[in-house]
Amino acid sequence: MSIAPSPKTSWTTRTRESAVDALPPEKLLPDSQPSYVASWIYVFGVASIAALIVIIGSGVILSLKGPAWWHYTGVGHFINSIHLWAVELFFFVMVVHLWGKYWMAAWRGGRTRVWITGAVTFLVAVPTALTGYVSQQNFDAQWISTQAKDGLNSVGVGAFFNVTNFGQMYSYHVLLLPAAVVALVIAHVLLVRRHGVVPPFALGTARDSARVSPAVERTPALSGVDGPSPASSGAPS
Amino acid sequence: MNRLGRLRSHDDTKPWTGPYAPYDLVKELCIAVGVIALLAILLAILFSSPDEKPSTIAQWSKQMPINFVTTAAKELDGTSPTAEYGPPYNHNGEGQHAAFIDLQKWLGVSHPIDTANDFVVDPLETVPNNPALQSALAQYRAAPEKTQKAWGEAYAKPLEEYETAIEEKKTPPKTVALDPASGAVTVQASGAGPIPVLMGGLLGLAQSGGLDGALLTSNQFFQTDYTKPLLFMADGGLLAERAEGQHLLGEQWGMMNETGSYPGQTWLWLYTLWYQVEPFKASENADILVMMVMGVLSLALICIPFIPGIRSLPRRIPIYRLIWKEHYRAQKSVP
Repeated sequence: MSIAPSPKTSWTTRTRESAVDALPPEKLLPDSQPSYVASWIYVFGVASIAALIVIIGSGVILSLKGPAWWHYTGVGHFINSIHLWAVELFFFVMVVHLWGKYWMAAWRGGRTRVWITGAVTFLVAVPTALTGYVSQQNFDAQWISTQAKDGLNSVGVGAFFNVTNFGQMYSYHVLLLPAAVVALVIAHVLLVRRHGVVPPFALGTARDSARVSPAVERTPALSGVDGPSPASSGAPS
Repeated sequence: MNRLGRLRSHDDTKPWTGPYAPYDLVKELCIAVGVIALLAILLAILFSSPDEKPSTIAQWSKQMPINFVTTAAKELDGTSPTAEYGPPYNHNGEGQHAAFIDLQKWLGVSHPIDTANDFVVDPLETVPNNPALQSALAQYRAAPEKTQKAWGEAYAKPLEEYETAIEEKKTPPKTVALDPASGAVTVQASGAGPIPVLMGGLLGLAQSGGLDGALLTSNQFFQTDYTKPLLFMADGGLLAERAEGQHLLGEQWGMMNETGSYPGQTWLWLYTLWYQVEPFKASENADILVMMVMGVLSLALICIPFIPGIRSLPRRIPIYRLIWKEHYRAQKSVP
């Protein structure tokens, strides 16, 4: 029995084709990188993702056992400690990553959206952590929530985001905000894979190459390492 | 060139046409997860995590009964911080604003709190088998608002004098007395009507633990909203006293800290910094001003690629030479 070819009008076909066009497998998961990707600073991007994975892993255990579990069991307290330190590590490596990317002017060559998704991830991670602090059901949660409410109320956010409402904060912390962070990280990583790692500044160039080109911005496929990569072009790596 | 075009300006970054080197992304991620997990486990073993028990209204009313009664009296006569807060809790205050921006007022009262009824009168209604208290409640409810206010102020006056004397480390007046054995507070106040009975009843309810539950009462069996008990406690002195001992007050870099010697939310350092400096420090609208400054700075972080000067710094300050040291060295070695 022969399989009928997919009609060009199929939404599924068109979605698959545009996804593969934008990010062919060898570009999504390349087995080589430009030779300039050779610095310790590059470790902090993947370390941020790794810390996020540890946060989610420990957070899932805490969620499955319920919000009070870690207060009365040694194992629970240990998992909570891992969760806390993973958060501290996450912010540390993410801030180093952010600074590193700033000094590389990593928005060059049509990578503006890469920078924006990274910066927004950092900003969304802050309330994600805050909702965790006010969901702890201990004195920290009492004090932080009664202090944080004033800043949020002053700009009207308190009208719909009430830090003294444990149920609401817990929902935000275990589902809504982590989902937003994960979605942003996925978008950020896909954009990095699409545009490649920003190339170094050309030495001796007087012009300010840290600016963004409208032409390159409009045609990301022509920017960065979107040029002939060995994986896609067959060139030796 | 239009305005957006000028913002985007020129970019001479060329696509990379140089050599590639093998790079195992999946292996790198696996190793990173392993290393970060090990680090987190090690830090958890070495330093654990803080878990200071929460305060309760029962503890507060037992440890600081005079402070509790003073706070409750202010809730009743409408002079406590929560009573005068404004939106989102009530209409008794203007809320904070910056010039014509009055977001707190614009968003309205979404969590209505009437401190006299919600924190004092309604919980007292739940106390059974206390005819004196029920009679005092009936007298209070039947009185006109002006009389209620006068009773409340007459009762609160000696308590405020007592608090002021304690703050100024002077001998407190004898109009307020505490019985250490029973934890009862006696306030000599003429013209206070039924308020002494109400406050005595509320103190007893609080010390028995009943007020903690009564403030959570709603139409639902399961409770998850602690707004009322938290605001009531925040109006009193116990939380602040504990916070000061744990270096958590505003002037101690407040919210970014955590109990014990833990790093806390260090990523909030810039937000907390503004509260330590003028004009924010002394401003009545410090919160909205700080939030607006942080809003602008957050937007600036996102928009760095479009901000002239800031976007050019990486080119002008050659930290990139350190980052791509190997690359530039390799370039120089090629004849």
